[in-house]
Parts: sequence; structure tokens; C-alpha cells
Amino acid sequence: MIQMKNVYKKYPNGIVALNGMNVEIKQGEFVYIVGPSGAGKSTFIKMMYREESPTSGQMLVNGVDLAKIKRKNVPLLRRQIGVVFQDFKLLPRLNVYENVAFALEVIEEKPEAIRKRVLEVLDLVGLKHKARMFPRELSGGEQQRISVARSIVNTPKVVIADEPTGNLDPETSWDIMNLFERINASGTTILMATHNREIVNTMRHRVIAIEGGLIARDEVGGDYGYEG
Amino acid sequence: MPGMKLEVTTAMKARTLTRHFRESLKSLGRNGWMTFASVSAVTVTLLLVGVFVLIMMNLNKVADDLENDVEIKSFVSLEADEARVTEMETAIKSMSGVESVNYSTKEEELSDLVLDFGKEFSLFEQNNPLLDVFYVKATEPQQTENVAKEISQLEGIEKVKYGEGKIEKLFTFLNTGRNVGLVLILALLFTAMFLISNTIRITIVARRHEIEIMKLVGATNWFVRIPFILEGMWLGLLGSILPIGLIIALYYNVTEFAQPKLSGEMIQLLDFAPFIYQVSALILLMGVFIGIWGSFMSIRKFLRV
Repeated sequence: MIQMKNVYKKYPNGIVALNGMNVEIKQGEFVYIVGPSGAGKSTFIKMMYREESPTSGQMLVNGVDLAKIKRKNVPLLRRQIGVVFQDFKLLPRLNVYENVAFALEVIEEKPEAIRKRVLEVLDLVGLKHKARMFPRELSGGEQQRISVARSIVNTPKVVIADEPTGNLDPETSWDIMNLFERINASGTTILMATHNREIVNTMRHRVIAIEGGLIARDEVGGDYGYEG
Repeated sequence: MPGMKLEVTTAMKARTLTRHFRESLKSLGRNGWMTFASVSAVTVTLLLVGVFVLIMMNLNKVADDLENDVEIKSFVSLEADEARVTEMETAIKSMSGVESVNYSTKEEELSDLVLDFGKEFSLFEQNNPLLDVFYVKATEPQQTENVAKEISQLEGIEKVKYGEGKIEKLFTFLNTGRNVGLVLILALLFTAMFLISNTIRITIVARRHEIEIMKLVGATNWFVRIPFILEGMWLGLLGSILPIGLIIALYYNVTEFAQPKLSGEMIQLLDFAPFIYQVSALILLMGVFIGIWGSFMSIRKFLRV
């Protein structure tokens, strides 16, 4: 469902982030993206939801080439992808319920359907009872769970997570990981950039290591492979 | 792999529009001081613009009246008898560019004078020093001069008067006034637009994060933009209320109290009724336009997420 063919990315400041990358990820896979900082991990992730677009090469998501997609159609791509960020990116003025509902309001879903689905995902992440609270009243782990809830509320085929445990303590990190496992078990593709070696080594999945804008290693059930 | 349906539908659902309205109103309240600042800027600008428009439209009216009022006063010499007067009248009427000819005897002239300047003039009734007069009106103000020349050559015409020179000067003056006013109005509107777009930009910068998230969960540009544009519209609307009220009050007083005095000077201002409502509508439209345009311009660069 995700296919990169010779993807090359050069930023205006001259830095080459991806240097002809080839990769294929199938529906339902769970993939860790690892590698040192500045190796092209973030660019790789950002390309998935078209925050960046390739300088050259083909980048297919669900059969659509993101290199050629029109700017005005980008929102439609994003509606089919859930994104989770290291810093949660919740709207501070909205409460938990509204934050999750937001992703459905944007796609003009029916109010009854929104209500039903939002409560469903809040239940899934175990925070239904905090629906009326505001992000600032929640712990980091809870905020990230809300953010995960938002990413899956419109049942995307793929969830992309950019260091989702980066700001969390080990224990809450495991909660988040368990959540991802469950989402993956229901058939959703998970693509996760991470620096957390313990997680990668414990919950074994496909590992793609990126170095110098190229894939250095790609093994199913691999380990983190970097020291520290 | 099934292809995605990647076509943006531009049709917006009614409840989404309701949401946008709600959001824009909420935002007005949340940005309290910025709202106040923008509304004040619009208010001051529109008030100035409104006053300018009132003045200009009336100058225009007065100028038009004067233009159309230019009459050639042709004095009939004492030697001309009644038969000659009739001849002259037909002669003038047959001239090209003449719209109307009115004959006024010297007795009528005197009674007009008494009416305008007081009883003292009735002393002259014993020995009327005035002459009979033809009041001639040209079809076009520009033809006045030619017609006057032609009339003055008729036998039995003592002299003609039509405010030579002065009229032209007045016209140039009025034209300059019109142009200066127009430039000032445009400058004011531009300033207000700039102020609004700046204010909205500040509120947008504060909400950049929010816009980014909206874009990341798949909001279209219009979905993000419309609440801001509506907010601009409210700013414009709110900013036009006070100017409209003040201008209506001002013009009411002008027409009610100043007009009677001005009538003596042969100046007739535009009537209160349809005119002031047209100006009000204009101010409202300008307010809404600068509000919408201001937000539109300032949100553009924040949508590139």
C-alpha cells in the first residue's frame, strides 16, 4: 500500500535527506523506522502525509502518486492517514471529546455518527471518562492516547507515528505501544519512527533503518541495532 | 490496490456553514482586544469615508445644479417695442442649442428683486430703472457661451450676462475637489484594509498551531479559511455600525437645520431620504469588503502546511 521508488529529496538549503530510496510496505504491516538523527527518518515520515514531497521519484500511497498529487487534493489524502506526533499536537482550547471529534468535523461527518465513533475510540484508548477534560488537565501519556484516538477516529488504513513515545516515561510508553498493537491487530498499517531501543527489541516487528538518506537495513522481526 | 477517491468536493454542507459561523463568533469574543482594535480602526476609517462621501456627493449635486442653472440673462433695450420683442423671442427660440426662453418684464423683475432683497426696493416702483429680460437656457451648459454671443448680436438686445469666467472657475474648483476627495477615500480604505489584515494576522499567528493541526487531520483550505473570513466580515460589520449611525444623525441635522439657511444662497442639498440610506449601504458594503479582504490576505501564507 506504500511504495517508494527512487525517492530523492533535496531541501532548498542543499541538504539531501533521501537519496534514492526504494521500499514497499504492505497493508497490515507494523514497521519501525530507526536510525540516527538527521539520517532522513523525519523526511521519510513527513512524506507519507505529504508535508514534504519528493524532489524526484515515485511515492505511492494506496496507488496514488504523492509526487504528482495536486495541492488541493492533499486534504483528501490526509483523511485516509492517521498521524501521531511526539508533541501530541492537541488543540488546547478544545476538550478531549472535541479534539477527537475535530478530525471528523473536518470531513463533514454527520453529528450522530461523530458522537458514536468518538465515544467508541475514547473507549478503546480507555479515556471515555475524561471526555470533558482539557488537554492541560491530562498527563503526557493520556494526551498521547487522545492523540492516538484522533488518528484512528476516521478509520484510516495507515497510522503514521513520529516518535510517539519520545516525550513519555517508560511505563506510559508501553501503554501507547499496546494501543498500537491493538490497532495493528485490527488490520491497520502502522509506521512508527522511534529512538526507543527497548520497545523495538521487545515488540518485534519489521525494522527499517535509515542512514544517510538510504535504507541501511530492512528485516522482519529485527532489533534496534544501535547502541544507546 | 484500490485507487483513492481524490477529488475535493466544493459543496459545503449546511451544518458546516453553521459551524463556521459559530466558530467565527466565538473567535471574536476570544480575541477581545484585537477585535476592539480592528473594529475601532474600521469605525474611524468608515466615518471619515462617510463624511467625505456626503460632502462629495453634495458638491457634485451643487455643481450639477449650477451647471444646469446657467441662464443667459439678455436685457432688452428700451428702444425695442412690443413687436420687436416678439420677433426677438422667435429668433432666439430658433437658435440651435437653445432649450427655453422666458420673457420677464421689468415690472416682474422688480417684484422679484423686492421679494429677494426687501421692501426698500419697492421705492423704485415709481421709476423702474430695470429692463425687460429674456432668460435663455442652453440645452448643454457648454453651449451657453455661443448662444450668448449670438443673442448679443440681435438688434434690440442691450447686453447679455451669464456669469462668464466665474462659472468656469467654479467648475474647475469642484472638479479638483472631487478628485482630491476620491484619492482621500481610496487612501483611507487602503489604510483600513491594512489595519484589519494586520490585526487578523496577529490573531492568526496566535492560532498557527491550530491551523496546522486542522490541515494535518485533512481540513481543506476553505474549511480553515472560512471562519477567519467570516470573522473579518463581522469586524467590518461591527465597524460600520457607529459610522452609519453618526452619518445619519449628522445628515439629518444638516438637512433639517442648515438646509433652510442654504436655500437663501440658492444651494439645494441632496434630500435626506433615499440618499442617506444609499450612503449607509455603501458604508456597510465597504466595511464588509475590507474585513473580508483583510482576512483573506493575511491567512494566505499560513495555509501552506
